[in-house]
Amino acid sequence: MSEMKKIKNLKEFSTSADRFEGANLLCPGCAHSIIVREVLNATNDDLVLSASTGCLEVCTAVYPYTSWDASWIHIGFENGSTAVAGAEAMYKALKRKGRLKQPERNPKFVSFAGDGASYDIGFQWISGCMERGHNMMHIVLDNEVYANTGGQRSSSTPIGASATTSPAGRVSYGEKRNKKDMVSIMASHHIPYSAQVSPNKWKDMVKKIQHGFAVDGPVFINAASPCTTEWKFDPKDTMTIADLATDSLVFPLYEIIDGKELNITYRPKNIVPVEDYLAAQGRFKHLFKDEYKYLIKEWQERIDDNWAYLQRREEARV
Amino acid sequence: MAFDKMELRDIEVWDGNFAAAQALRQCQIDVVAAYPITPSTPIVEGYAKFLADNYIEGEFVMVESEHAAMSGCIGAAAAGGRVATATSSQGFALMVETLYQASGMRLPIVLNVVNRALASPLNVNGDHSDMYLGRDSGWIQIDAYCPQDAYDLNFIAFRVSEDHDIRLPAMVHQDGFMTSHTAQGVTTISDDAAYNFVGDYKPMNDMLDFEHPVTHGVQTEEDWHFEHKARQHNDLMTKVLPKIEEVFKDFEKLSGRRYNIVEEYETKDADVCVVCLGSSVETAREVAGEMREKGIKAGVVGIRVIRPFPFAQIRDALKDIKAIAALDRSSPNGAPGMLFNEIAGSLFNTDTKALLSGYVYGLGGRDLTKAQLVDLFTELQANVDAGKVTTPLQQFIGVRGPKLSYL
Repeated sequence: MSEMKKIKNLKEFSTSADRFEGANLLCPGCAHSIIVREVLNATNDDLVLSASTGCLEVCTAVYPYTSWDASWIHIGFENGSTAVAGAEAMYKALKRKGRLKQPERNPKFVSFAGDGASYDIGFQWISGCMERGHNMMHIVLDNEVYANTGGQRSSSTPIGASATTSPAGRVSYGEKRNKKDMVSIMASHHIPYSAQVSPNKWKDMVKKIQHGFAVDGPVFINAASPCTTEWKFDPKDTMTIADLATDSLVFPLYEIIDGKELNITYRPKNIVPVEDYLAAQGRFKHLFKDEYKYLIKEWQERIDDNWAYLQRREEARV
Repeated sequence: MAFDKMELRDIEVWDGNFAAAQALRQCQIDVVAAYPITPSTPIVEGYAKFLADNYIEGEFVMVESEHAAMSGCIGAAAAGGRVATATSSQGFALMVETLYQASGMRLPIVLNVVNRALASPLNVNGDHSDMYLGRDSGWIQIDAYCPQDAYDLNFIAFRVSEDHDIRLPAMVHQDGFMTSHTAQGVTTISDDAAYNFVGDYKPMNDMLDFEHPVTHGVQTEEDWHFEHKARQHNDLMTKVLPKIEEVFKDFEKLSGRRYNIVEEYETKDADVCVVCLGSSVETAREVAGEMREKGIKAGVVGIRVIRPFPFAQIRDALKDIKAIAALDRSSPNGAPGMLFNEIAGSLFNTDTKALLSGYVYGLGGRDLTKAQLVDLFTELQANVDAGKVTTPLQQFIGVRGPKLSYL
């Protein structure tokens, strides 16, 4: 197993990111950069990274600048995962042939992609990478919307959210379908590790990323990434929103080992009503009209059901 | 070396696919990422079998689509090693997005394209519609006429593509079934000689050099995009053909086989000339020889390099020809064929008085017969005698039903 980074406290943690520069074009309050720093902070190993087309990509590698002090590649919207898989295959080939320039190094292969690039257009590529067993990690920066193109729905957009292609209006409450369960789908590939993480629970995140780096084989991580622009909240509130997401159990934190064993990794002491989570964001504002209040009730039931289901799975070890 | 168990005879009987696969083995490809499609599949199957038999070391990534195949090749090439794959037709079409990305990122990759018609209607046989779909993608495109060429041109493609001055991906084309599945005698090169010819892979800006991390595939907008594309285009137009010429000469020293950017046959004193590519070149040469016995001074110009298009060489080869036929094995709907356009473009602003006509033939694998070529040369001679193009400027050869033509 590779060298694990030891992190004592948040202050040290927040200043130790040396491979992703603060100089980037992401929105103030964007959770993407926080998540990326937390991921890169989890290891001292060398990195081969990719980003699919999306906010992270267009904001961190605008010629002649780059925010990345690690090998990084972008090809297209859908194929960042496969680019990393190709690099990983090359690493294996060159290692076997004894042609690596620094043969003692033990790089980690990571692809970052948004929910659009993972849940939708890049779905097939990720599935292929998981099924083939590449030693790589795919991390979804899940902001539940196509933020880079200006707020269109994705299959991660939750029911009732207003997005530009599923707008709330006089006769519509916005998105009509519920979010795709990507973690389950990916876990069903029987990969060694899949998990949900959130930037506010950084120790939990680092632990999971380190676990992911330590296992041999494909790893899938779904990271909650509150989007100040499209979720419509004040940039200073990113972590508050993330707290509401994890504490209302809208975004439960858990891991699935070998596609079977499910562990809940965070149990809020005080579970917050989902109403508080919804009320904090402009994209759900219309749900508080009288005619849509029933949707908030349904939201709560769905969250409760899911929490009960996760706990049953955890108990049953299936 | 693992594959010295495998001894080649001086002459093997190989089809075009197996010839290409053997070339990939001898070049010791580090990574092949591939998805199967008829008629190109045996190339990557060959690589997989060579790996399975330990005749080669490398990685074979059996991906879930052609788009992923080229995506994996791009990642592998950026990581810093020798990369190749193969495809045809619909698979090529699915790859097209990534083809532009590979060339824009200046990554050396060799793609064996076994030419096949694009659907719809679905057709597994050879024509050049996929070849032409890739013509603006920034790749070097070299064309094999027979299995021997498919073998030789792979070595040449790696040498050109991986040159640090060039750094552009290259396609090696061959005709589906007509070349890919027709076995002929192929004069081989020994494993050591072949590998020495392509040389060790010399990485540039490789992602696996952790002392020098690199950013590949940046974003540029109006401030830099133009400069990048103009430089790429200029490099393709000015550096590639001289490099290919140089590598052809080196290859001749190694094998005794001479390739030319434009393959001229009996053109020096010809009145009439057919310009074509692929497996048709050999048929056309045979018919031209027969026409000469009948008193018609016939010649054939075969195009070996499709991109960059060899305008100067074409101009030179055709300068004294009186009537020219450009033969296109694809029909770009709504315009004359690619070769017709390129030949016309090459001859414009020259002193030529040549009469140029275009013929579309062989779509979906339809044979081009010797009888059709006899008619064609006869028609060209009639044009010479009349001093004008006597038939429609663009015609379809060998289509059932009423004669189709336009212009």
